[in-house]
Amino acid sequence: MASSASRFALAIACAAAIVAAPAAQKIQINGAGATFPYPIYSKWFSEYNKLHADIQINYQSIGSGGGIRQIQAQTVFFGATDGPMTPEQLLASPGRILHFPMVLGAVVPVYNIPNVRAELKFTGAVLADIFLGKITMWNDPAIAKLNAGVTLPGTAITVAHRADGSGTTYIWADYLSKVSPEWKSRVGINTSVNWPTGVGGRGNEGVAGLVSQTPGSIGYVELIYALQNKISYGPVQNMDGEFAKASVESVTAAAASAASHMPADFRVSITNAPGKGVYPISSFTWLLLYENPKNKTQSKAMVDFVKWALTDGQKYCAELGYAPLPEAVVKLELAALAKIKTS
Amino acid sequence: MPRSKPRSELAFRLGTGAFGVILVGIVAAIGIVLARQSMPSIQKFGLNFWQTETWDPVVGEFGALPFIWGTLYSSALALLIATPIALGIAVFISELCPTALRQPLVFLTELLAAIPSIVYGLWGIFVLVPAVRALESATPEWLRRWPLFSGPPLGLGMLAAALVLAVMVVPFISSVSREVLKSVPVAQREGAYALGATRFEAIRAALFYARTGIVGAIMLGFGRALGETMAVTMVIGNNPRISTSLFAPQYTMAAVIANEFTEAADELYLAALVEIGLVLFVITLIVNSLSRLLIWSMNRTARAVVTPEPVKVAA
Repeated sequence: MASSASRFALAIACAAAIVAAPAAQKIQINGAGATFPYPIYSKWFSEYNKLHADIQINYQSIGSGGGIRQIQAQTVFFGATDGPMTPEQLLASPGRILHFPMVLGAVVPVYNIPNVRAELKFTGAVLADIFLGKITMWNDPAIAKLNAGVTLPGTAITVAHRADGSGTTYIWADYLSKVSPEWKSRVGINTSVNWPTGVGGRGNEGVAGLVSQTPGSIGYVELIYALQNKISYGPVQNMDGEFAKASVESVTAAAASAASHMPADFRVSITNAPGKGVYPISSFTWLLLYENPKNKTQSKAMVDFVKWALTDGQKYCAELGYAPLPEAVVKLELAALAKIKTS
Repeated sequence: MPRSKPRSELAFRLGTGAFGVILVGIVAAIGIVLARQSMPSIQKFGLNFWQTETWDPVVGEFGALPFIWGTLYSSALALLIATPIALGIAVFISELCPTALRQPLVFLTELLAAIPSIVYGLWGIFVLVPAVRALESATPEWLRRWPLFSGPPLGLGMLAAALVLAVMVVPFISSVSREVLKSVPVAQREGAYALGATRFEAIRAALFYARTGIVGAIMLGFGRALGETMAVTMVIGNNPRISTSLFAPQYTMAAVIANEFTEAADELYLAALVEIGLVLFVITLIVNSLSRLLIWSMNRTARAVVTPEPVKVAA
């Protein structure tokens, strides 16, 4: 008797759970990828969760390479990357993957030269020659010519670069390949490259630490790390010949100049973009989504989220050191979002 | 009772045997998985992987030699620095130390082993590297002409890595050596004293008696130094170039795996990184086998000469 009563109670409880489930059902969406946009993504996910309590988006910042691998294996719903997927990677994926630029970032040359307070100007060619190990002294005529009036010491240059594979390295190498044919043929573009010279630090904070500690050093970090660590960084000559310093405006300007000839899949490099006031070492960071995902409930929720992030969400960019997307690009992306199947 | 005894005996033997087999199985499985995952790289590069120096993810050319060199060089240097210190600590604690001081000293050396390696890395970056840089800058010009001390004074590099590693392996070598010294029979020491040995000579005799255990302790330290990742990558400079210079930035196998694994998107690159893991696995196996062999051969020769030895010490 007792056992049948308890069985009955259990059945009721189960039925209640099943009936109640749709009302309280939470939509969980998992993603993984690039570390560079992690601060803004986690801000977005928590802000969006405040607006839509039933949608929970989890993101693991395991690196762009890991993000691409995971979305290809379909272990996550969305991926994120700092360098667009290659045509081979897209072909090797089980379904059509779309790229959506979410925010913009900039990489800046940071340096530490004792007794030099003035801001140093750089050109792409000079940066490439320093990182190729061809310019080895700070008082090299090539640097001196750009910085007339600055007394440069005759100390050796120590190059600091990322030791870990990174989207920051990808952007830096992508820029140097565009401005230096020798860099393009000798080193090339990837998340890790075969560095001709220098020492490697782990992460942006590692390179920032190396540069702030080592007298006579030069490295590259994302803008926010240069600002936070108060390391000197200089303006870089853009395609129009101006020396532009990285800022929210100059980075957004780079994307705006790319908007006019944006390819339909958004896989575009905006380093060394033409135009006035453009900072040349800028880049998109992309979200990766399947065009026709299996789970349509998640798909609907994700598309809604991306719409929000591209519009209302952009206001969180500046405080976290990112540049917001220009309106023209957002408009193109909203149109592309409609292609994703949600039912 | 008497009937159940053999049965429980059998169960005990089978049970412990099974654990032994599991251990062998795990090691074999690690080897097999590493080999299978690195197949694309093994097929493409073959034995060249062990010999070539280029590590270029852009064009897909991978050679492990700079990493093998950096790992072995840094670990060997670390042992060179750590062994005398660790043995000194072990001898002092087990033979000479006042009883009141013994426990605190044991505790402190073992505390060194409990510090997470990332903390050693931070200490390396903020304390050791600037000190090493100052030392390197102060190196006189005539000394810098030697290949061992050539290159710009960066602070980061082989010397800093070897020093951090040395501090990290000291507690391992010293605490195992201390246990080994403790197990030297009292008769050995009393015999030495009876023959008129001084304290130093008696300790030397005890060290000689315990030498196989001490070699084992040093090898344990070597094994640990080979696989250390975080602290090393933070101070070694991460540059895959072979150099004999203590001042040059170099790279280790464990460090390159940790650094590049997350961003390795294409198949060959990933396979090459896994193969580095395989190489590290094989080298660790070789080192351990060699140390076994060394201990074994020492035991054999020791048996042959064990009688004249105490006489020699006393003489």
